[in-house]
Amino acid sequence: MFGMAGDPPAMSQIEGAPLRRAVIAFTAFLGGLVLLLASPAWAEGEALKGTLQNQGQPVNGVKISVVAEDGSPVAAVTTGADGTWEVPVSKAGKYKVTLDQKTLPSGVGLKFKDKGTLDVQVYEGNQRNVLFALAPAGQQNGGNASGETTASVWDRVAQLTFEGFNLGLIIALAAMGLSLVFGTTGLTNFAHGELLTLGAMAAYLFNAVLGVPLILSAVIAVVIGGAFGYLQDRFFWGQLRKRGSSLVAMMIISIGLALFLRYIFLFLFGGESRPFAEFNAQPGIQVGPISAAPKNFIAMGVELAVLVIVGVALLKTRTGKAARAVADNPALAASSGINVERVIQIIWTVGGAVAALAGVMLGLAQNINYQMGFQILLLVFAGVTLGGLGTAFGALVGSLVVGLFIQLSTLVVPTELKTVGALLVLILVMLFRPQGILGRRERIG
Amino acid sequence: MHADTTVTSKKAAALAAFEGIASEPGVPKPDPILVIEKVVRRFGGLTAVDVDHVEVQRGSITALIGPNGAGKTTFFNQLTGFDTADEGSWTFNGKPLRGVPAHRVARNGMVRTFQLTKALSKLTVMENMRLGAQNQRGENFFRALIPSSWRGQEDEITERAEELLERFKLAAKRDDFAGSLSGGQRKLLEMARALMVGPELVMLDEPMAGVNPALTQSLLGHVKDLREEGMTVLFVEHDMDMVRDISDWVIVMAQGAVIAEGPPDTIMSDNRVIDAYLGAHHDAPMSAEEAEEQLQEAEAELEAEIEEKA
Amino acid sequence: MDWNTIFVTTVKASIGLETVVYALAAIGVNIQFGYAGLLNFGQAAFLGVAAYGLAVIVSTFGLSFWLGIVVGLAATVVLAFLLGIPTLRLRADYLAIVTIAAAEIVRLVFRSVAFKDVFGGSDGRQNFSGDFYAMNPYAPGSYGIGPIKFDERTTWVLTVGWILIALSCVLVYLLMKSPWGRVLKAIREDEDAVRSLGKNVFSYKMQALVLGGVIGCLGGFIFGLGQASIQPDLFGTEFTFYAYTIVILGGAARVFSPVVGAAIFWVLLVFVGNTLSEAVGAGVFGSAITVTQVGSVRFILVGLGLMLLLIFRPQGIFGDKREIALDAR
Repeated sequence: MFGMAGDPPAMSQIEGAPLRRAVIAFTAFLGGLVLLLASPAWAEGEALKGTLQNQGQPVNGVKISVVAEDGSPVAAVTTGADGTWEVPVSKAGKYKVTLDQKTLPSGVGLKFKDKGTLDVQVYEGNQRNVLFALAPAGQQNGGNASGETTASVWDRVAQLTFEGFNLGLIIALAAMGLSLVFGTTGLTNFAHGELLTLGAMAAYLFNAVLGVPLILSAVIAVVIGGAFGYLQDRFFWGQLRKRGSSLVAMMIISIGLALFLRYIFLFLFGGESRPFAEFNAQPGIQVGPISAAPKNFIAMGVELAVLVIVGVALLKTRTGKAARAVADNPALAASSGINVERVIQIIWTVGGAVAALAGVMLGLAQNINYQMGFQILLLVFAGVTLGGLGTAFGALVGSLVVGLFIQLSTLVVPTELKTVGALLVLILVMLFRPQGILGRRERIG
Repeated sequence: MHADTTVTSKKAAALAAFEGIASEPGVPKPDPILVIEKVVRRFGGLTAVDVDHVEVQRGSITALIGPNGAGKTTFFNQLTGFDTADEGSWTFNGKPLRGVPAHRVARNGMVRTFQLTKALSKLTVMENMRLGAQNQRGENFFRALIPSSWRGQEDEITERAEELLERFKLAAKRDDFAGSLSGGQRKLLEMARALMVGPELVMLDEPMAGVNPALTQSLLGHVKDLREEGMTVLFVEHDMDMVRDISDWVIVMAQGAVIAEGPPDTIMSDNRVIDAYLGAHHDAPMSAEEAEEQLQEAEAELEAEIEEKA
Repeated sequence: MDWNTIFVTTVKASIGLETVVYALAAIGVNIQFGYAGLLNFGQAAFLGVAAYGLAVIVSTFGLSFWLGIVVGLAATVVLAFLLGIPTLRLRADYLAIVTIAAAEIVRLVFRSVAFKDVFGGSDGRQNFSGDFYAMNPYAPGSYGIGPIKFDERTTWVLTVGWILIALSCVLVYLLMKSPWGRVLKAIREDEDAVRSLGKNVFSYKMQALVLGGVIGCLGGFIFGLGQASIQPDLFGTEFTFYAYTIVILGGAARVFSPVVGAAIFWVLLVFVGNTLSEAVGAGVFGSAITVTQVGSVRFILVGLGLMLLLIFRPQGIFGDKREIALDAR
C-alpha cells in the first residue's frame, strides 16, 4: 500500500510562489516545443489509399506495397484495425499497387485472383482510392480458386504470435515507465500516452521534415523524451508532490495535461496519419511461417535489447535496486536512507526516454498521428494492471500477454473488436486478481 | 462522577470471574462473549497470526499485548471482518463470525476503533457522531427524500450524541470539522462515535498511541467507564505499564501466537512474556512486517506531533 | 470581426443543448465523484447506452418512444450493476481504469461493423425523435428575447432538458441534506471508518453509481433527441473528461456547481472558438493559425484550464476549501 499517513497539508499553508514559477517554466518549455515544431509547413500531398474489407468486415495486417512507374519502391504499409491504408506519394504519376496475398487472413482471398497488382494513376493533389475486392476462400472468380490454398491455422497462429510479440514489446516499453512511476509516486498517469506521441512526433520532425536518417532521429527522439520526462517531474509533478496534492487530484491533473499535449500535437501535426520517410517500402521476408518486413525484426530486436538493459539495470545497479525498493514501499525505502526524490527523477527520465522509443516503434509499425499514444494507453494500463501495478517485471509480462492476446484473439473475434477482448481481460483481472499476475496481496492495517 | 460502590462492584465482579482461572494460554472463561478457535493468517510465506484458542470474558477489560510485530492488529482485522482469515473460526455471543463482512460485525455489537484514528475530518464532530447511530430511517435512499420521515429520529440521535460529547468533553467542538481536532481529541471522538453504535464489545486498537500523557489518564478513565456500563472491552496495547492499571485480564501475543494469559500483576513476571519482549527487542532481526509496523507507529507519532504543533 | 454574432452564439451556448447535456452528465459525476468519491471514468458510456437504448428501440425495431425511454433507463441501470459489482470493492484508481476500459468497450461495440444492423456502425442511428417532437407544445416559430432566439424544436428540447436539470438538482439537494448523503460523504473520506460503524459501504457506493448513471442517462436522451441522431464517437472518453472538468470548475460536492460549471464551460468554449475563428478569418494571426486549428486551440485551453484549476483552486468556483473531495485516496 502506498502509505502516506495523515492528511495532506492545507493548500493555503504552502507558499505558491515556487510552484507558480515552476508551472510558468514548464509552460514556457512547452511553448518552446510548439515553436520548434511549428516552423515547417506540412503540405497536403498526393497519396494512394483504400479500405480493405471482406463481407463488410475490415481486414487488417495486410501488406500493400506501392512501386513507382520506373520500378523504384515507394512504400509498403499494412492495413490498420479498421482496414484502412494510406501511402503518400511524392508526385503525381502512375503507380503499381500490390497486395501481398500471403498476408491475407486465412479463409479470405482476392475475389479476382489476377487482380493482386493494380496500375493506378495519381493526379496533382489527388488522394487516389484503390480498391482490392476480397471474398471468402472458395468464392473467388478467375485464376485457380482451389489451387493456391490459404495459410494453415498453425501458420496463422505463428504469424499472429509474432505480431502479438511485436505489439506486446511496444506496450511493454511504454508500461515500464508507467508502472514504475505508479509504484514510486502513486500517480496513475493518464498523460503517459502523450510521451509516446511526443517520441514519434519528434522522430518524425527530424526524419521526415529535416531529413535526418531515421535511426539518428530515433536517438534524438529518445533524448528529447528523456529530457521531457525529467523536466516534467522536476518542474511539475515533483512540485505538486511537494505541496501535498492528493493522488486523485494528480490523476485528474494528468488528464488535463494529456488533453493539453494531445491537442497541441493536433494543432501542429494535423489530424491525419503519416509515415516516416524511411523503411516504408520494405518487401516482406519469410522466416518459417512468419512473414514480415525486416524492419519489424529489427524493431523487435531493439525493443528486446532495451527491455533487457532496463531489466538488468533494475536488478543489478544501485539505482535500479533503489528504484525497486521505492516502488515496493516508498516510506520504508526513505527511512532506510534512499533518496526517494532522486530515484523518482531517474525513473521519470528513463521512463520518458523508453516511452519515446516505444512511440517511434509504434510509428514505424502503424504510422504517426496525434492520438496514437492515447489510443494505446488503455492497452498499456491493461498490461500494467495485468502484471500488477507498480512492479517493473509484472508490467513486462502483462504487456506481452496483452499483445499476444489482442493478436491471437483475431482468430475468433472480428479484427475491429480485438481491443474489446483485451479490455475485457483487464476488467476480469481486476475482478479476480487485482494484484495482477506477479503482484502480492495487500495487507490492511 | 461515578459512585464508588458501582465502580468496585463491576470491577469486583470482573475480577471475581477470573478468580481461580489458570494462567495458561487458551484457558476457558466462565462466561465468554468471544471465543476464538485456530485462527491463521498468512502473507506469502509469513504467518502473521496463528492463534490456537482464546476466550474473552464478558463484562471485563481484557488487554491484548505483545511486542511490535506480534500480529495484534492483524488479529484484530480478522476478528472484525476487515481482513479474511485463511483458517479458523470464532463466535461472538455464540454466533459464528468468520466470513461475515465488517459492517455486519459492527451491527452485531462488536465495534472497533483504529490504530491510526479514522475521524472523518471533513465532517463536523456532530455529523461524525450521528453517523454512528444504527437503523436510521434517513439512511434509506427513498425515505431520505422525505425529511419528515427521519427528522424525529435524527433529533433523538442528536440528543444522544450530545450527551456522549458532553461526557467526552467534546461538546464545545460540536460544530467544528473533525479535522481541526488534536490527535487526542480524535481518539476521544472515535471512541464516542463507536459508542453511538451501541456495542456490547468495544475493540480498541492502541487507544493510547500518539496521545499526550495528560490525555492518557482521561482516556483510561473512559475505558473504565465502558465496563461500568456493562460493556466488554478488548484493547490492543504494546506498552505493558499502560495495561497494568486498567485491565482485568491480559492476553500476550508474540510472533502471531498467544503465548500467555493471566491477571495483569502476575503476567508481567511471566518468563515467557519477558522473553518475548526482550527477545523481540534485542535479539531477533526485524522481519519486514515488524519493520512496517514500527514504521506505522513512527508515522502515527509524527502525525500526533505535527497536530500538536498546528 | 462580427462581435454581434459572437455575442449571440455565446449567450445561446449558456443555455443551449450542449450545456444541458453536459450539466446532466456532470450532476451524475458530482454524485459519484463529488459526494461519494467514486472515480467513474465511464460516464460517457451511461449516456451512450441510454441514447442507443432509445434509438435502437425506435429506429431499429420500430417500437414506441416510451418503451425506448424505459429500455434506455434499464440499460443504464444494468450497466451500473455490471460495472459496479466487480469494481466498487477496488481502490479509487483501479475503478477509474476499469470504468474507462468499459466505456471504450461500449463505444467500440456500438461502432462495430459486426453489430451494424442494430447500432448502425460509425454512422449511428437516426429517425427516432419523431414521437418526441410530435409532443411539442410550441407552435412553429422562434422563441426568445431580442436576438437570442431558438426555433420551436430547440425550445422544446431545452424546456424538457432544463426541467430535468431542475428536478435532478432538487433530488440531489434533498439527498445530500439527509442521513443518506451523510453516509456517502463519509465513504468519500474513509470507507473503513464507515464500515466499522455498521454501514454497508458497497451498497451505498452502488446506489451512488446507479443514481449518477441514471441522471447522466437523461443527458443521453436529450443529446440524441436534440440532434435527432446519435453516433458512437459522441460518447468517447473525452466526453467524460469534460464532465469532470465541469464538476471541478463549478466545485465538487455542491448542488448547483455542475449546472453553473457546464454553462461557464460552454460559454468559454464557444466564445473562444468563435472569436478565434473570426480573428483567423480576418487575418489577425496571419498564417500562424488556420481555421481547422482553432478547434484544437479550444481543447488545449480546456486541458490547461483543468490543470490550473486543480493546482490553484481545487475547490472550484463554489466549493468549500475545507470540504473538497479531491483528497480522497
